[in-house]
Amino acid sequence: MNFLEAAMQPGSVDFLYNIAIIVIKILVVFGVIMLHVAYATYFERKTIGHMQVRLGPMRVGPHGLLQPIADGIKLFFKEDIIPAQSDKPVFFVAPVISLVAALTSLAVIPFFDGFVIADINVGLLFVLAMSSLGSYGIILAGWSSNSKYSFLGGLRSAAQIISYEIAMGLSLVGVMMLSGSMNLTEIVKAQEHYPLGMFLFPQLIACFVYTISVIAETNRAPFDLPEAESELVAGYFVEYSGMRYGLFFIAEYTAMIIMASIGIVCFLGGWNGPFEIPYVPFAWFFLKLYLLIFVYYWIRATLPRYRYDHLMDLGWKVLIPLALLNIVVTGIVKVLL
Amino acid sequence: MPSAFLPEEYLPIVIFMMIVIAFGLGTLAAGIIFRPKRPYREKLVPYESGNPPVGEPRYRFSVKFYIIAMLFVIFDVEAVFLYPWAIVFDKIGLFALVEMLLFIAVLVVGYVYAWKKEAFRWD
Repeated sequence: MNFLEAAMQPGSVDFLYNIAIIVIKILVVFGVIMLHVAYATYFERKTIGHMQVRLGPMRVGPHGLLQPIADGIKLFFKEDIIPAQSDKPVFFVAPVISLVAALTSLAVIPFFDGFVIADINVGLLFVLAMSSLGSYGIILAGWSSNSKYSFLGGLRSAAQIISYEIAMGLSLVGVMMLSGSMNLTEIVKAQEHYPLGMFLFPQLIACFVYTISVIAETNRAPFDLPEAESELVAGYFVEYSGMRYGLFFIAEYTAMIIMASIGIVCFLGGWNGPFEIPYVPFAWFFLKLYLLIFVYYWIRATLPRYRYDHLMDLGWKVLIPLALLNIVVTGIVKVLL
Repeated sequence: MPSAFLPEEYLPIVIFMMIVIAFGLGTLAAGIIFRPKRPYREKLVPYESGNPPVGEPRYRFSVKFYIIAMLFVIFDVEAVFLYPWAIVFDKIGLFALVEMLLFIAVLVVGYVYAWKKEAFRWD
């Protein structure tokens, strides 16, 4: 049925019913991920706290459990300072671009078998495209703030994101070759015949390249140069305050969750696990997600920050050749077998 | 059955995008009622570690960023050529492999050239 034709028929109940189902699905996913974003910050502070022999947040609620909510309320009620010399329209629109680019990718991620908001054929390409769009928000924010710190942070961030995006895109080619599809549901299903139900072992190099690229893509430590607090204060969002800053924050943590989800879908077997957990089809997916999020924090607590030229060298001179090599090796092995 | 002009599996993405935009603008707009607004001159000056800002913020920056952007365009287009090839690799087999080896060889020539010209150096 064509939606456009259906929409034009007066009182078509089917059409409205479908739209309602889609909207409910979107609101559920949106709500769940927002909750995850809020508690990802709590989890991060607790994890890093304990790794540094501190307790982390303890004051708000038992063991600081209400801390993310308090933070959210605080951001909401803070004054919205707009620098006098900033480029106002661009300054206003940049956080929304970041947010949309980060959150819309959630529409194509299969959380469990049969549950995906938009089951499109080019899911993987869509996620890559959206993560590219995110760099617009960052560079526009950096440029429009009219501040040296944010300008430099925006430039660094854009250069870093586009450099590592090539490595990330190339590392996923191996997965596409093995599964013969860019549809994320089909990629998960293609992994069922591989060891442990994962592409991890046949695509070990790709997984390595992907993991490192993702950390750089999401501006996490040790590649957090765009927001290196000891040299650039906060990078591209220095001049942002209140809820505008909050939107960048949500975008960043959602991007982490999305990149981890794509890693799970492409390399760790998606919603499949060693055994089936009854009644909770998404259990394995979220367990893997928490594990990967923990790895992000673990890396942040362990490794010192990279120098900028080393960062670029790693991306262009190590990861891209490795990703190309992986494509060639995968192709040869596939033809020989 | 997807139609030519509005593939219906993309409709949820459009709705999702609209909801996210509404969320972003909505939280900002709703905040206007609750948040204080007491601007004064010093508060609206760009942050420069507490000192008065010196010179123009949009100063000249390294041409390296420009070269990286150009290299990105080239490599990203190459990657886009690789995606459809990877999808149909199973159906074509050996021929696809040989062809792609040639393609990657051409790519590597350009890559080595860029490396030798020190396009990846940050000095």
